Amino acid sequence: MSDDRDGDEHELRVSKIRNGTVIDHVRGGQALNVLAILGIDGSQGEEVSVGMNVPSDRLARKDIVKVEGRELSQDEVDVLSLIAPDATINIVRDYEVVEKHRVERPEIVEGVLSCPNTGCITTGDEPVSSRFEVLDDGVRCTYCGTIVREEIASLIDT
Amino acid sequence: MRHDHLITSKQLSRADIETVLDRAAEIDADPAAVADRHANTLLGLLFFEPSTRTKMSFETAMKRLGGDVVDMGSIESSSVKKGETLADTVRVIEGYADALVLRHPREGAAKMASEYVDVPLLNAGDGAGHHPTQTLLDLYTIRENAGLDDLTIGIMGDLKYGRTVHSLAHALTNFDTRQHFVSPESLQLPREVVYDLHQVDESATIREHDSLEEILPSLDVLYVTRIQRERFPDEREYQKVAGEYQIDADTLEAASDDLTIMHPLPRVDEIAPAIDDTDYAAYFDQAHNGVPVRMALLDLFLSEGGETDE
Repeated sequence: MSDDRDGDEHELRVSKIRNGTVIDHVRGGQALNVLAILGIDGSQGEEVSVGMNVPSDRLARKDIVKVEGRELSQDEVDVLSLIAPDATINIVRDYEVVEKHRVERPEIVEGVLSCPNTGCITTGDEPVSSRFEVLDDGVRCTYCGTIVREEIASLIDT
Repeated sequence: MRHDHLITSKQLSRADIETVLDRAAEIDADPAAVADRHANTLLGLLFFEPSTRTKMSFETAMKRLGGDVVDMGSIESSSVKKGETLADTVRVIEGYADALVLRHPREGAAKMASEYVDVPLLNAGDGAGHHPTQTLLDLYTIRENAGLDDLTIGIMGDLKYGRTVHSLAHALTNFDTRQHFVSPESLQLPREVVYDLHQVDESATIREHDSLEEILPSLDVLYVTRIQRERFPDEREYQKVAGEYQIDADTLEAASDDLTIMHPLPRVDEIAPAIDDTDYAAYFDQAHNGVPVRMALLDLFLSEGGETDE
């Protein structure tokens, strides 16, 4: 992980991974929500390292999450962007970073969040995936129009 | 109009609205001219919630255009009872009918259903969401009585759950209107609707009030909706709130002589029966306007290739 210029300090605290994903430059305090998005709560025995509120050049304080044995899907990266818009995703294979990308806010997030409106057609038994339009400051269900600005992570369909 | 379906009033431009209202006025003036226009056309009625006016006026409209309807009937007697999804139901009925009219208790139902069918689908109410065909007949009534520009309208009652209110408020942003929303605090407009109204026009003239008193003299139109008992935890609370939003002869002493009072009906006791015979009352005309407006809509959606507007 020598590519991370502000990483020397926390490298001592968070160990390297062999294969998996490093999510860096997460806004300070959001690491646990990142894990929630990935559906990781430790119960499945995943190997996870978390650094919270470590000093960073780009963000005053950042969180960093390392997950062994798991590469993120595009859907997961899309939703991640809603709570961690500055994050960088490093895919690691055999201790080397083989891919590195910044997250981009998508225009639409499909099938990942569930609508909090219990009267919404997507929360019934219909064969339809949820779909949310991404607003500047939240997300909006394209079916019922419900807007969610806070605690988007709690809508993640696990 | 160039729309495959009618899902929400948000999709309608001013030109779209005027196309429908102008066509409705033509039909209203000479219904005989369109009596056979859609002979052999079948309209599928899918009402997953009770309805009298909307369903019967669609049925009347289709028959007055020379066509007929196929009706799913009540949900108790339909395959919905067996657990069939809406997505499956509309795909089946699409094979029987040339267009579909859907009312459903869930928000977003019409939008979802429209993604599964190729025939035109008209939303006749989706939960607390939208009711665009009601909006068009409301606009027709407003245009006939007060005109749609330089209009001051008060919309009163259950603004939170009232889908006719949500649809009407969106549509009115196409015109030069000042909208006053009058409701108890617990039944104010959903923030999503307020957000949309401001999206359309940041300076949109929208005011929220908890009492009719201060704005009544300035109104050209007062649109009253029913405050439903089930929205309140107990009967006493309901009686107390509902009583503050009722219209009778005393209330109207402060109103302009030209005030037009509308109501999507059914009413319970929001408007005293004594008002019915005054010049203020437009709500029965409004209900009757459902037929020419829905005839116009069906005509526009069923005409081959659709009509276009400039």
